[in-house]
Amino acid sequence: MANNVHAQARATAVLEAPVIGPGHDFETVTETVAQIPLAKRTPLGWVLGFLIGLSLLMLLQASLGYLVVKGIGIWGTNIPVGWAFPIVNFVWWIGIGHAGTLISAILLLFKQQWRMSISRFAEAMTIFAVACAAIFPVFHTGRPWLAAYWLFPYPNTMALWPQFRSPLIWDVFAVSTYATVSIVFWYVGLVPDLATMRDRAASRVKKVVFGLFSLGWRGSARHWHRYEVASLILAGLSTPLVLSVHTVVSFDFAVSVMPGWHATIFPPYFVAGAIYSGFAMVLTLAIPIRAAYRLEDLITMRHIDNMAKVMLATGLMVGYGYTMEAFYAWYSGSFYEQQMMWNRMFGPYGWSYWMLISINVGMVQFLWFKSVRENTKLLFVISLLVNVGMWLERFVIVVTTLARDFIPSSWGMYYPTFWDFATYFGTIGLFLTLFFLFIRFVPMISMFEVRTLLPQAKVETDHHGGH
Amino acid sequence: MTKSPKDDMSAESLDIKAIRERLEKAGGPQYWRSLESVAETPEFQEFLHREFPANASEWTDPVGRRSFLKLMGASAALAGVSACTVQPTELIVPYVRQPEEEIPGKPLFFATAMALGGVATGLLVESHQGRPTKVEGNPDHPGSLGATDLFAQASVLTLYDPDRSQSLVQLGEIRPWATFLTAVKSALSGQAASKGAGLRILTETVSSPTLAAQIQQILTAYPEAKWVQWDAMPRDNARAGARVAFGEPVEPLYDFTKADVVLALDADFLASDGPANLRYTRQFASRRRIEGTGEGLNRLYVAETAHSVTGAKADHRLPMKSSQVDGFARAVASRVGVAVTGAAPAGTEAAAEAIAKDLAAHRGRCLVIAGDAQPAGVHALAHAMNDALGNAGQTVTYVAPPEAVPSEQVADLRALASDVDAGRVQMLVIVGESNPVLSAPADLNFADALGKVPMRVHSGLFLDETAVLCHWHVPAAHYLEAWSDARTIDGTASIVQPLIQPMYGGKSAHEVVATLTDLPDRNGYDIVREYWMKQSTAAGDAAAFERAWRRWLHDGVIEGTAHAPRPVAVVADWASRATPVAAVSGLEVNFRRDPTVYDGRFANNGWLQETPKPMTKLTWDNAALIAPRTAESLGVENGDVLELRHEGRLLRVPAWITPGHAADAVTLTVGYGRTRAGRVGNGMGFNAYALRGSASPWYGAAEATASGDEYALVSTQDHWALEGRNVVRSAHLEEFKAKPGFAREMEHLKLDQTITLLPHKEYTGYAWGMAIDINACTGCGACVVACVAENNIPVVGKEEVRRNREMHWLRVDRYYSGSLDNPDTYFQPMPCQQCENAPCEVVCPVAATTHSAEGLNDMVYNRCVGTRYCSNNCPYKVRRFNFLLYQDWDTPQFKLQRNPDVTVRSRGVMEKCTYCVQRINAARVQSKHEERQIRDGEVMTACQSVCPAEAIVFGNINDPDSRVARLKASPLNYSLLAELNTRARTTYLAAVRNPNPDPALPANPGVGGHHAPTEHETAGEH
Repeated sequence: MANNVHAQARATAVLEAPVIGPGHDFETVTETVAQIPLAKRTPLGWVLGFLIGLSLLMLLQASLGYLVVKGIGIWGTNIPVGWAFPIVNFVWWIGIGHAGTLISAILLLFKQQWRMSISRFAEAMTIFAVACAAIFPVFHTGRPWLAAYWLFPYPNTMALWPQFRSPLIWDVFAVSTYATVSIVFWYVGLVPDLATMRDRAASRVKKVVFGLFSLGWRGSARHWHRYEVASLILAGLSTPLVLSVHTVVSFDFAVSVMPGWHATIFPPYFVAGAIYSGFAMVLTLAIPIRAAYRLEDLITMRHIDNMAKVMLATGLMVGYGYTMEAFYAWYSGSFYEQQMMWNRMFGPYGWSYWMLISINVGMVQFLWFKSVRENTKLLFVISLLVNVGMWLERFVIVVTTLARDFIPSSWGMYYPTFWDFATYFGTIGLFLTLFFLFIRFVPMISMFEVRTLLPQAKVETDHHGGH
Repeated sequence: MTKSPKDDMSAESLDIKAIRERLEKAGGPQYWRSLESVAETPEFQEFLHREFPANASEWTDPVGRRSFLKLMGASAALAGVSACTVQPTELIVPYVRQPEEEIPGKPLFFATAMALGGVATGLLVESHQGRPTKVEGNPDHPGSLGATDLFAQASVLTLYDPDRSQSLVQLGEIRPWATFLTAVKSALSGQAASKGAGLRILTETVSSPTLAAQIQQILTAYPEAKWVQWDAMPRDNARAGARVAFGEPVEPLYDFTKADVVLALDADFLASDGPANLRYTRQFASRRRIEGTGEGLNRLYVAETAHSVTGAKADHRLPMKSSQVDGFARAVASRVGVAVTGAAPAGTEAAAEAIAKDLAAHRGRCLVIAGDAQPAGVHALAHAMNDALGNAGQTVTYVAPPEAVPSEQVADLRALASDVDAGRVQMLVIVGESNPVLSAPADLNFADALGKVPMRVHSGLFLDETAVLCHWHVPAAHYLEAWSDARTIDGTASIVQPLIQPMYGGKSAHEVVATLTDLPDRNGYDIVREYWMKQSTAAGDAAAFERAWRRWLHDGVIEGTAHAPRPVAVVADWASRATPVAAVSGLEVNFRRDPTVYDGRFANNGWLQETPKPMTKLTWDNAALIAPRTAESLGVENGDVLELRHEGRLLRVPAWITPGHAADAVTLTVGYGRTRAGRVGNGMGFNAYALRGSASPWYGAAEATASGDEYALVSTQDHWALEGRNVVRSAHLEEFKAKPGFAREMEHLKLDQTITLLPHKEYTGYAWGMAIDINACTGCGACVVACVAENNIPVVGKEEVRRNREMHWLRVDRYYSGSLDNPDTYFQPMPCQQCENAPCEVVCPVAATTHSAEGLNDMVYNRCVGTRYCSNNCPYKVRRFNFLLYQDWDTPQFKLQRNPDVTVRSRGVMEKCTYCVQRINAARVQSKHEERQIRDGEVMTACQSVCPAEAIVFGNINDPDSRVARLKASPLNYSLLAELNTRARTTYLAAVRNPNPDPALPANPGVGGHHAPTEHETAGEH
């Protein structure tokens, strides 16, 4: 009995652990969030951050402009390494996007209420990451002006269709669907808050703009009902996408005949890696924003802790993936797979493999410790490094396989050029720019959802003993 | 200064008297269309100038081109108001009557010949509407037998080279031809008194009977004048050796088809040494091809310094310094019954013994060959051995050398230099591409001496190092632009007939040399024709001669001109004149002809610069080739700059480690480090001529130290080992006999049946396939250049090659196996494998690479967006991508050069080998026209038709009687990476080596088994 009571008390404690800080009511929550976009004065920190993002965005424009004028030979890509930084970056960005969808869709379906404070900007992160990702598959082609539309099955007079057996076509569908659903889901979730902004806005311009985008939301019961249905449907649509998008991206590799690519483990291993890197990115963004905008009450240590735990779990899955990759290379009995694994570990790019292992498998073990999970500074560093590690993972997969495949005479090294880095950092600039604009002009936390977490919202349901 | 009316008249109107004279002078039937044409008035010249696009000045004039582009831009912009635009005024002269046999869109082939190093190769040159675009070998020509080397293939590019000199200049000022004639005349008049004592003519080795006769005529008129022949890599030693052995400078003519055992003493007879590589490769390969049980496979021993292509084909290769070859030859000779003594270099005694035994066991069916780098004594030893082994008259016959007048070139050049230095030369006429300022031995200080000659005339294709030091430079006509003639190795002469008007008004050697005669302004056609008219049996009968002449032009050979075998005997006291060679103690430096830029004359040829050198796979540079051991002792790695000292001269040149190179020796190839080659060749590589002395132009003692600097050498193949893979498979003859199907047993994973989810595809019509015989391939690289020429493949430059972006559709992979110091070498030409189950096709998102009904993987350039997924998924990595705009779209000359049947690819698209689909389609049109099937052998891919070893066979595998189908039925036939289920249409015939079982001659084991070591398991050189 005593045991039972104790366990029940602990369970209650966990369930009751604050999703938002104490002492808030509807007004304070709304005020905390809404005052950020409505503030007249732009914080100096924002201006600095935005300028950094904008300068990198200029770099992106310059490198893409030069690329179109000159050709992709400005990069270090070659034969045999026909894909390099661009595809690494593409997979990396797409992976990052996954956390947003996971948080907003799967956690919604599982009724994980702690998601509410972070879902808005995680979704925004998804959209911006997909935007960054989409740049690469278009511009890495030899003739982007044609690739931009020839990969779509549009009707044309020559009755030419894409080649549907190619995983790149599957990519086009997967990524474009993903982008569309993510944007719609994000926007639908924004509508009630945009209406709040419209109502609170002081200036005429803001009233009109927020008014336009809030689509006439009046908060009627019918509106709320429609809203609930729509977001459930969209969550249902998004849920398979969390799994499918990176699965399809992994097919780019798994469908090929190349040693180190041709592996059935790729889809789950890629999805786990995507969520891993996605949560790392959410943490990378959440920790500084939370500090800068004093949102500790809304993005609490519980959020941080939960995200760190998700990172730990997916990190372990990814580590399992690495182990299985090595195991199957040996177990397959395939000479080429074995040689590939050997090259990956001890070949010329061995440094990248061991860096990736030490970050993605080694460093993530620190998250077992609560003290680490509670130390936001340390967590910020870890999440940043996980992003680096996941980038390296894609580099290892893409480059080491191509650099040494079947015929030794064709083996060759890949060395990135200035423009490789410029394009990569340029997309980071695009991401930062969009993200800074987002936190300045859009409520970055879902006010109406967070309000439902307040005790005041639960008077009716208090006796149900939970949420 | 008043002009007489008469002067005005002659300048502007027709001079009837001159026309009559001109018509009378011209022998034979001549057609003239108008009086203007005969008079060669400036107006008519101008008209011609406009009529023939090759000469059109707009193309060579950047301003003209710019205004053309401007007009293009304007006409596009003003397309809607075209009535208002000013149309460019151009004279268009259409065919009034279409030339005979000319069908627009169909090429014509003309027989001609290209002379290099004094030996001609007979060619058939493809001409598209008057533009020569591609060279093929002439099967009727004994020096070609249907094949060509890479130089002949690339010569087309030199023809169109925009860097060729384009005008006659005197000290940099453009002058008319007439002024030049006057200048020569006045200079010559100064020589009349001294009977030409101050006149020197410097040419390349001349095998042209006409040119030799012209020069002899001059020497008769000026008996004190001298004629110097100079080739950078002269064959003096071979001639001197024949003089020692036989008393006369005969040329040995080998017959490898009859030779069971061959000993090559530093003789790269398959590629870069001696005069008849194509003919010898064809013969040698015929004894390398395995048909049936493998009987008749020959055995090749090679003793050499640098690892040559011939060494790569050796069953036993003995790396030794060049200076040790003499001792080795003596050791072998003494054991086959030649009365000489000499000790083989340490460690090779037993090998010499075993080789001698093998040679003796094949009396009359063996051959000993000495290389041009070896001194006269070694040549004499080879002759004596062939004599003692009863080979004379069997595997070797002796004929007069192909050059009209054999000379001692180094001695002659030295004499010329000292004459010049002493001020005894008043007039020096340099004709041809020998470029003595660059290529003369450094101790002659030729460039400094040259300044002392009061009248220096140069004629060559380029304003090269020699030309800029001469008063006069006459642009030479390329061999495809001018009439000439040339002999090949067995003496057979060919008429060199032009395919195009001289693009830059160049003059042939005949025309330049003619300026020194009484008839200074004759055209080459008349000179050559007149010579042969005199030679012809039909001398008096113009009609009979015309018939003969036409036949010679058609056949590409002049029948009955082959030299008769000379009954020569080894003279009694030869051995006393064959001075033994003291081995160089310490480091030995060797100078060799470059496998791709020859002696430097092709340095401005991008195709050749980018062709990987057969053994090193280096492009765009030469290097100091050293053995791994030497690299260790010098403490250098690839690209570390060495300071080489030889006879007090210094050259800084980067090292390149070459497995199989003789230890304590360095090999430099000449022809690099040029300053006046042109935009492509300037500043590429290192000038080995600057180190070479006249006393010993082939090798000598040297010192080397590491300078500590590094230089980026670019090789297209970074990995030399097979890495435990079975891409190349080989066995010894005994193993083959025991297990003929060894190659197929080397599969990593046997796929016995077709594995496919899709319905099995039937090929009911033609099914194109290719079989490549690794045993026959010598790795010479001619196929690579032929492919470039046929398929409009761009040159990308050193920097892009460094980034692994070379565009060659066909590469020749080179693998070493066995010991690092003396490995076996295998060459594997690698075109697209044209998989039936092609990994590239399924991954293309836009269906830009698709499967044809005949089994080809077609590339649709227009559809390609350039995802490069196909290349990533290609296990053979044969696809090439246009990362940048590699094609030169602007240079007008290159537009003329391109094959109109092949798309010129632009930036951003993938390309690859098509099995020369344009040739297949041409044959298809022809066969449909004649209502028949395409015959076996009717379609020859470019790589196949150029191959001197006939290693590449292409055809219809649905036809069981085709050559390719029969080769694919061979037990040696295997498919590369068959375990991937790609079902490649290109297959390979495994190599079978024939090592001597004698334990004194250890042989490396065959390759392709499962346990070949990988690079990190052997001594890691990388």
